[in-house]
Amino acid sequence: MTGSTGTGGPLTEGTVTEAAPPAPNTLRTGTGWIRHSPARMLAAGVVTALLVMVAVFPLVFTNQTVTNIGVVTLIFVAVASAWNLFSGYSGYLSLGHAIFYGAGAYFLAVAAKDWNLTGSAIFWLVPLAGVVAALIAIPLGLVALRVRRHTFVVITIAFFFIAQLSASNLGITGGSSGLIVPAPNWNPTTYNNPFYYLAMLLAAATVALSVVIRRSRFGLQLRAIRDDEDRAAGLGVRAMPVKLTALVISAFITGMAGALWVYFIGEAVPQFVFDPLFDLAVVLMAFFGGLGTVAGPVLGALVLEPTQLYLTLEQSNGYESEILFGVLFLVVILFLPRGVLPTAAEYLSKGRARLRRGRGGTP
Amino acid sequence: MTADLRAVGVTKSFGGVQALAECSLVARAGQITGLIGPNGSGKTTLFNVMTGYERVDAGQVFLGEQVITGAPPPRVFALGVGRTFQLTRVFPRLTVLENMMVPAQRGRTARQHRQRALDLLAFTGIAGHADALAGTLSYGQRKLLELAYVLVADPAVVLLDEPAGGVNPSLIIHIADRIRELNKDGRTFLIVEHNMEFVMGLCDQVTVLDSGAVVASGPPEEIRSNPRVLDAYLGRDAEADADD
Repeated sequence: MTGSTGTGGPLTEGTVTEAAPPAPNTLRTGTGWIRHSPARMLAAGVVTALLVMVAVFPLVFTNQTVTNIGVVTLIFVAVASAWNLFSGYSGYLSLGHAIFYGAGAYFLAVAAKDWNLTGSAIFWLVPLAGVVAALIAIPLGLVALRVRRHTFVVITIAFFFIAQLSASNLGITGGSSGLIVPAPNWNPTTYNNPFYYLAMLLAAATVALSVVIRRSRFGLQLRAIRDDEDRAAGLGVRAMPVKLTALVISAFITGMAGALWVYFIGEAVPQFVFDPLFDLAVVLMAFFGGLGTVAGPVLGALVLEPTQLYLTLEQSNGYESEILFGVLFLVVILFLPRGVLPTAAEYLSKGRARLRRGRGGTP
Repeated sequence: MTADLRAVGVTKSFGGVQALAECSLVARAGQITGLIGPNGSGKTTLFNVMTGYERVDAGQVFLGEQVITGAPPPRVFALGVGRTFQLTRVFPRLTVLENMMVPAQRGRTARQHRQRALDLLAFTGIAGHADALAGTLSYGQRKLLELAYVLVADPAVVLLDEPAGGVNPSLIIHIADRIRELNKDGRTFLIVEHNMEFVMGLCDQVTVLDSGAVVASGPPEEIRSNPRVLDAYLGRDAEADADD
């Protein structure tokens, strides 16, 4: 073989008896393997169709109860994707993202009150809320990311309860009675639309960022850390800065989502802003769709959040949806531990292989 | 491109167990050095100490004239020391090509890094698996992948922990050929291995560890007939063979 090897020396091509032919859907080129997959074209079509459907949704369904569900669902698409781009990619499962969500929410509520902001001007606080959450993530990450796996989960839970107790007892957060965010004086028939389109923008930007990170060297380092952090360190990956950066990005988005949500619902009360079920719901969304994938958390949020909101609206007692979610969590962990999308992809791949064998082709 | 890797008077204990006792070893620049010894003699601990995975209690580790004692693994790797593990440690949920892209890029563009990765996969003979998940490879293929991705960043010194362990005989020959070829370019190797035929046929120098201390060091033919080595490691049968 073959020539130049970057800055390395020339190499001789080896042969090994166990070597297999190139994987399907790949083509050897001068610069490597390029994937030629009809599935990618299909995925692009599905994404475009989904974006169009989401964009026209509030124009078609003008009922405010329905668009209400739409706003909260899109906020959870952003949160689940943000959680996934840290926890799903790195393997560090956080049960403390409500801290960032709550920090963003309280920042917006406090700043709107203190700076006497009303109407659309309050939206300018949303990115600032993201910055506040990101700043909180730095010391939190420097402590929590020194430990691995289960210990990390426990530490995030401990931080969450510290935040929740602080919000319930501090004067700046209004204690247990919370804070009211002044509602904008908009047309009631289209009241939800600005929130809806901002939530859509946040969700779309988060998903796009998830794609970019997953395809980047940074994303590769995160996924290597997930598989074997010590081995990655031995190949030059500086794990702490990589993990911390991912946590800060994730917290930034989650903080913005929390701020948008609190402006939408109009009040910041500790038991709802720092809700332990928030983290469980987000984790379930990611696990349901497919942990560590781009589309998985989106699917999870699009299916589970409207279901929960619908059940809560239909059932006056409210706890039935929580029981259902608990059962669903068990079912997903036991029977679909990799999530719906990776499992479906696996079945599809096996089906195709069986079909090829049936036709007498190579397996 | 390459430099001596030296451990000087390294001591390391785990609780009450002394794994290394004032152990000194040199992997000379451009040579293949073998490190042998019975199970529990401290070979892997010495590898861990030299690559930053364990801290020493006493002693120093040098790369050329530079002290690298206590440097964390990413720093040791950046300085040009790569290693593999006794039990292969690939990234199972990344593709083979993605595994190759994990090591830090030293002064290369992404395109050059990728080309280097593809060339090394071809060199080790597993290019056909580039798009497969590393977790689906056989044990022998994982050994080759581990060797390949350590080489991506062109380390001056490569530490291989049992490269022939658990792989079939034809693959052992293949691995030895690859190491010889890389060594021709002046790359330094330090190899822990139990397969004596592999070590004696490949290495320029062999160091023998027993109970965390160096028992002997020298060319393979000298080691083969060293009475202390025969006593500590190779056994009495081997001694009888040597007498014959």
